[in-house]
Amino acid sequence: MNQSLDSDSVSITRRILDALRLDPVLLSLLVILALFGSLVLYSATGSDQAAVLRQGTRILVAMMLLVAAANVPVRMLRKVSIWLYLGGVGLLVAVMFFGEVGKGAQRWLDLGFIRFQPSEILKLAVPMIVATYLADRVLPVGFKELVVSSVLVMIPVMLIARQPDLGTAILVGSAGFFVLFLAGVRWRIIISLGVLFSAMAPLLWKFALHDYQRKRILTLLDPESDPLGSGYHIIQSKIAIGSGGVYGKGWLNGTQSQLDFIPERSTDFIFSVFGEEFGFFGSVVLILIYLAIIFRGLYIAAHSNENFGRLLAGALSLTFFVYLFVNTGMVAGMLPVVGVPLPLISYGGTSMVTLMMGFGLIMSIRSAKRFLV
Amino acid sequence: MSKREQLKDDFLESRLIRRRLVLAAIFTVILLGLVLGRLYVLQVVSYEHFSTLSDSNRIRIKALPPTRGLIFDRHGVVMANNLPTYRLEIVREQVTDLDATLQQLRQYVEYTDQDLKRFRQSSKRRRPFETIPLRLNLDDAEVARLAVNLHKFEGVEINARLTRNYPHGEHAVHALGYVGRVDERDLREVDEVEYAGTTHIGKLGLEKFYEHELHGSVGVQQVEVNANGRTLRVLSESPPIQGNNLHLTIDSSLQRVAEEAFADRNGAAVAIDPTNGEILALVSMPIFNPNLFVNGISYANYGALRDSPERPLFNRALSGQYPPGSTTKPFYGLAGLEARVNQKDDKTWCGGYYLLPNEERRYRDWKKEGHGHMNLNDAISQSCDVYFYDLAYRLGIDRMAEFMAQFGFGVKTGVDSTGERNGLLPSREWKRGHEGMPWFPGETLITGIGQGAFLVTPLQLANSTAAFSSRGTRYQPRLVKSVEKIPDYNRIDIASRVTGRYQLLKPKNWEHVHNAMVNVVHGLRGTAQGINRGMEYRTAGKTGTAQVFEIAQDEEYDEETVAEKLRDHALFVSYAPAEDPKIAVAVIVENGGSGSSVAAPIARQIMDAYLLEES
Repeated sequence: MNQSLDSDSVSITRRILDALRLDPVLLSLLVILALFGSLVLYSATGSDQAAVLRQGTRILVAMMLLVAAANVPVRMLRKVSIWLYLGGVGLLVAVMFFGEVGKGAQRWLDLGFIRFQPSEILKLAVPMIVATYLADRVLPVGFKELVVSSVLVMIPVMLIARQPDLGTAILVGSAGFFVLFLAGVRWRIIISLGVLFSAMAPLLWKFALHDYQRKRILTLLDPESDPLGSGYHIIQSKIAIGSGGVYGKGWLNGTQSQLDFIPERSTDFIFSVFGEEFGFFGSVVLILIYLAIIFRGLYIAAHSNENFGRLLAGALSLTFFVYLFVNTGMVAGMLPVVGVPLPLISYGGTSMVTLMMGFGLIMSIRSAKRFLV
Repeated sequence: MSKREQLKDDFLESRLIRRRLVLAAIFTVILLGLVLGRLYVLQVVSYEHFSTLSDSNRIRIKALPPTRGLIFDRHGVVMANNLPTYRLEIVREQVTDLDATLQQLRQYVEYTDQDLKRFRQSSKRRRPFETIPLRLNLDDAEVARLAVNLHKFEGVEINARLTRNYPHGEHAVHALGYVGRVDERDLREVDEVEYAGTTHIGKLGLEKFYEHELHGSVGVQQVEVNANGRTLRVLSESPPIQGNNLHLTIDSSLQRVAEEAFADRNGAAVAIDPTNGEILALVSMPIFNPNLFVNGISYANYGALRDSPERPLFNRALSGQYPPGSTTKPFYGLAGLEARVNQKDDKTWCGGYYLLPNEERRYRDWKKEGHGHMNLNDAISQSCDVYFYDLAYRLGIDRMAEFMAQFGFGVKTGVDSTGERNGLLPSREWKRGHEGMPWFPGETLITGIGQGAFLVTPLQLANSTAAFSSRGTRYQPRLVKSVEKIPDYNRIDIASRVTGRYQLLKPKNWEHVHNAMVNVVHGLRGTAQGINRGMEYRTAGKTGTAQVFEIAQDEEYDEETVAEKLRDHALFVSYAPAEDPKIAVAVIVENGGSGSSVAAPIARQIMDAYLLEES
């Protein structure tokens, strides 16, 4: 069996990947990350093989969707983006009225055969619609384009924020605004928006945030003030990560993790398990893998031959970065606790599927112009 | 702007986007560098610190539940306190095989499926290494048996904890309410952090209404434990703050007199200080022992209480709604004078029944042969129905409803407890709104003697009587006199609140009705003259009888032949001393027959106890 693969294997693999319109670099990075993630998950679930198998199935399904997305031609993407967007916003409105309440927030829609969060659709639909809209305009974007795009972004963001799901709202919002940023919004607008936002922060604090969200931010500043409530997560997470040291306590040996001190340790707080067991060294490696994925995405964006591809691939890669930054920042006690998973590693299927499809779109953009690697 | 109209230039645009992509890339590197910097601080610089903290997980955070505030009566008698009781508790993380442990524990102590269900429920919401109660209220034998065998069970503890106790048992239960185990529904209404470690919460009555005062605030203890989870030493502690104490307006001994006066009859009695709305006694009979509910009542006990035909769990004083019957007559009498529909000395002929113009139906008087010529004084003291049919006919329902509303009929009094109901003040609007029907003239007549759709709660009736006695000033009745704030033990009085002030058009009008009510008790032919023997003060009162079922046109009500359950309710309202009222009372005895023979003597005992012992 192995003999035939020997000399031709590289070119055969290359040919298969090309036929499937996949990017070998991005794909291998994603596979490495997924395998790495399964190891961490096995430890974080307390050696629960069934859970790891379930997650493996999800990865496979998500990979198949990645392949499917990679084979949608770019001009088709531009056509469906409006329908995807309208459908997604429609479902968000439906969730408002018929959605199921889980853990105190109304996010889920039950269609009988499947339960899902419509907000996930918007993670792709928002950057797609804004990229479609801006692709044919003269860049850098003018005032009118800026206003139209902002409205397109803010409608779903508001709907998601009031579910309330601050984490997803941040991700959807940043996906949309990254498109605008790449399309060359002038610096003085960016700066004045920044100033305006800081000026409005006290108002937002008072009216836009839920009590529990305010509490999380306060807790971040002084976790000791609320050791029985939300400060507990941060205190325990910091102890776990810090006690990992340079090389970590070793796989399956994290005492904080194994003894159930870390809440949500297989989902949002999985990075503290990782940090405890693999130490600073492991953390550097992991973040470098992530960084490689982000850079590969940005590289594809830079080498696309049309604005739509450049804007969409760039925005999706940067959104992936936001996932990583918000999650690790939260677990390390730098950012408030918002429900953003560690991408491709946290247990759970919803974000996994969206992320992989996003990478599928990036690969579709890459193969639209068959450049060499 | 004109520059913007240029044609798209792909070279320039792609250069722009690339520049932004590079910027973004630099940005990501910087931010991820910050994260790595933070991790460096945690994992390399502060490694020693966190490593010590995590070492064999020595630091535990324990919630210290506060002690519940005490409840005293108006003279300082303890109505609710906390006693140490022994509990069997389990630390889940230290038990290797929970099911086996639970099974083996059965050898030494009994626990029900209900206990087990509670245990599993509360283990869901506990943080790691916190104790979860399996059985409360262990008796000495159980404690002894367990203590001897405790070494066999890792993670099983016997702990003494303060538990709510009602030292007088069933006494005043409907005034106090009770606490029970915290359940999921309760947690939705409170701050979960504050209730970490709290096992009991107010479920009914005062205990629920003043939960925010009584609970106190949670304390936190950081302890160092050994590998088995046993506490070695306390690292830091912020102690819990005890809940505030309540001082009630209730007079415990008066309450007891009232409860005993009912003997084995069912009903309710409420006594109010008409000068400020303080509730002196609040009785609903029968009573039950609230201590049963504290440690989780067994299904058998609960079933017995719930299904008893006497309905002991039902708080009649606040939730029971009864037709007020003739106790409304003084109010209507005053309404007639104030509206100048009647003069004090106008006479009405009572021949035993009343006929509406153009109607066949006879509206009967309770006295078949009639009362003869009646003026206001006679009509109230002898409780003539025909006089009030005629008065109601001339007043009309609108004026009647408007007047009664000013004395608090038909609305909640706003008492500081749970479960109060509205009663029902019939009016044209009510009938159209709730039944979609027009008002019939006949209904005006029966409303005029407090029957028909008219309903009151005993508390409402007492409060309206109190308002009458103080010539129209109505207070919000309340059970709590002051809140004693912990930790400085400042007693903060709860101010009395006026909820309605009826302005008499002519003070004389009130005097006339008042005198008639004095005659009810002290007049020769007064319906309640039976209770005036040896009375050392003067009382104004009014008897009432409320029909439980309707008698057909040509039937006669005969107390002897009617089953007890269908017998009329007996009512009595009064206030005393007549010259300067200090107490207003409403008594309702279910199926007691006539107000004069059953309800009035109970009111007399309450007034005696209060007025004679006070001085």
